[in-house]
Amino acid sequence: MQSEWQFIVLFVVIAPLLAVAPILINWLLGPKKPNPIKQQTYECGVETVGDAWVQFKVQYYIYALVFVIFDIEAVFLFPIAAAYGQLGLFAIGATVVFIVLLADGLLYAWGRGVLEWI
Amino acid sequence: MSFNIGEFISSIFDLTAGDYLASVWGTEPWVSVVLDILGILIVATIPLLSVFFVGLIERKVLARMQDRIGPNRVGGKYGLLQMFADVVKMLTKELLVPAGADKVAYFLAPVLSLATSALLFAVVPFAPGVIGTNLGVGVFYVLSISSVSVVALLLAGWGSNNKYALLGAFRAVAQLVSYEVPMILSLLVPIILASSMSTMDMVEAQAIPFVIFAPISALIFFVSSLAETGRSPFDLLEAESEIVAGFHTEYSGMVFGLFMAAEYMGIMFMCFLFSTAYLGGYRFFGLEEIVLGNGFQLGRLLGLFITIFKGALVFFVFMWLRATLPRLRIDQLLNFNWKFMVPLMLMILLTVALLDRLILDYIPQVGEAGRAGIHFVSNIIIGFAGLEVLRRSARRQRLRHNTTSPVLAVAENEGAPIYVATEVEPAHDHHGHDHHGHDAHAPVPAH
Repeated sequence: MQSEWQFIVLFVVIAPLLAVAPILINWLLGPKKPNPIKQQTYECGVETVGDAWVQFKVQYYIYALVFVIFDIEAVFLFPIAAAYGQLGLFAIGATVVFIVLLADGLLYAWGRGVLEWI
Repeated sequence: MSFNIGEFISSIFDLTAGDYLASVWGTEPWVSVVLDILGILIVATIPLLSVFFVGLIERKVLARMQDRIGPNRVGGKYGLLQMFADVVKMLTKELLVPAGADKVAYFLAPVLSLATSALLFAVVPFAPGVIGTNLGVGVFYVLSISSVSVVALLLAGWGSNNKYALLGAFRAVAQLVSYEVPMILSLLVPIILASSMSTMDMVEAQAIPFVIFAPISALIFFVSSLAETGRSPFDLLEAESEIVAGFHTEYSGMVFGLFMAAEYMGIMFMCFLFSTAYLGGYRFFGLEEIVLGNGFQLGRLLGLFITIFKGALVFFVFMWLRATLPRLRIDQLLNFNWKFMVPLMLMILLTVALLDRLILDYIPQVGEAGRAGIHFVSNIIIGFAGLEVLRRSARRQRLRHNTTSPVLAVAENEGAPIYVATEVEPAHDHHGHDHHGHDAHAPVPAH
């Protein structure tokens, strides 16, 4: 049905407006007197040292990689789960093998010590 | 059919106004667009406005739990207008942009955050037939929209040019991305049991709530929804004692207010999702099907109240946990997720998938209650097995590092908890000036 998605499309257009409206009202009502001291980056009262855009810890990246395994798994599992009523035992068995193969990825990452926070 | 103002007002009260207007206006294409826009305004603004009350309720309940009174000045005895006063204050503050900030990212983040929170409400079934849009892929839609909010947090942290904000954003991404995995897996269980991804079908399939089929899975969903909304004990992303306010350190005024509103809307949505997926949504012993003699759909109205009641119940547990539990460390948080919840949830998913097929194929005569019973028992067994494995590995770990905690190690070896009174030795000073009144561990000034 096209009308179900019509709702979502209209919503995607309207939803940001709900958020932009309060910012605009704030911009209209609030004072506008910027000065350099006021605009300093907050760093517990001391003067800001350097830039905030630094290199980040690789650990975060590795967790994101492990997440990708499961995200892809989910994309495949959702249709299977939704069609569950029409699937036979053989298809469920195949799904189980699929999940076990992906769980193997998690075990591999675990065994390699990737999941340790250093 | 012509428009009748009396019937229209009555249709508002039993939540059938949409159907009534559609029957009056006919089936031209513009009708569906107008109805959709009206529906969107209702679905988006009511959660946005109820943030005022939800925020107040949370502050009051938290205050009572901590033996305080909470807001009690603005708007009468109970501080009813406190949040309105807060919003007026936020609206009249200066729109500050920190030096060196990336302006596009800085302003895009709150907009994206609120918009995604609002979009989530499109698929919440409030009452029979009362839903924004009954998508066939409802749960999938929820997951795809809610993962956009991670991008919003990263934009906020990156755009502010602030080290605390950036740290908060990194933590937020690691946490939200990790806890999305058990959340996805635990949402697959009700999908399998209902054999549909639509939230409406899911509620319709729950003659017996799915929490009875799969209590451990429900618990895992609840924990990961706590983490997804960044609530205590998973509030690492805005841990105020460590990183000021996390990703929204540099935000003030209404731009901060938008983040707060998005957070509360996310929490409300998670409560509704939990009640939809596991507590049976608007269903309550057939109460939602009552139709009065004159065609007044009382059941719909009751269904709405049931939904709100169940959501409020879950929200109360959210607040209760916030008042009770201390914050986790990030390594504990991620370990708990990847090494306990994900494997356990995979086991539960496999068992539910296999068992349900076997029950439906070979012993269909047990009926719905028997099916629920078998799933319940298998779920509890897996849950306890998981806890036992966790307990043993924790014990091994403690024995390996028994230097750090002698009390626990002694208790493990003797087999019973023993209270070891540790004698505090008097501070030893090299020069014999023992009674100078300072902390014993403070560095002694050189003489």
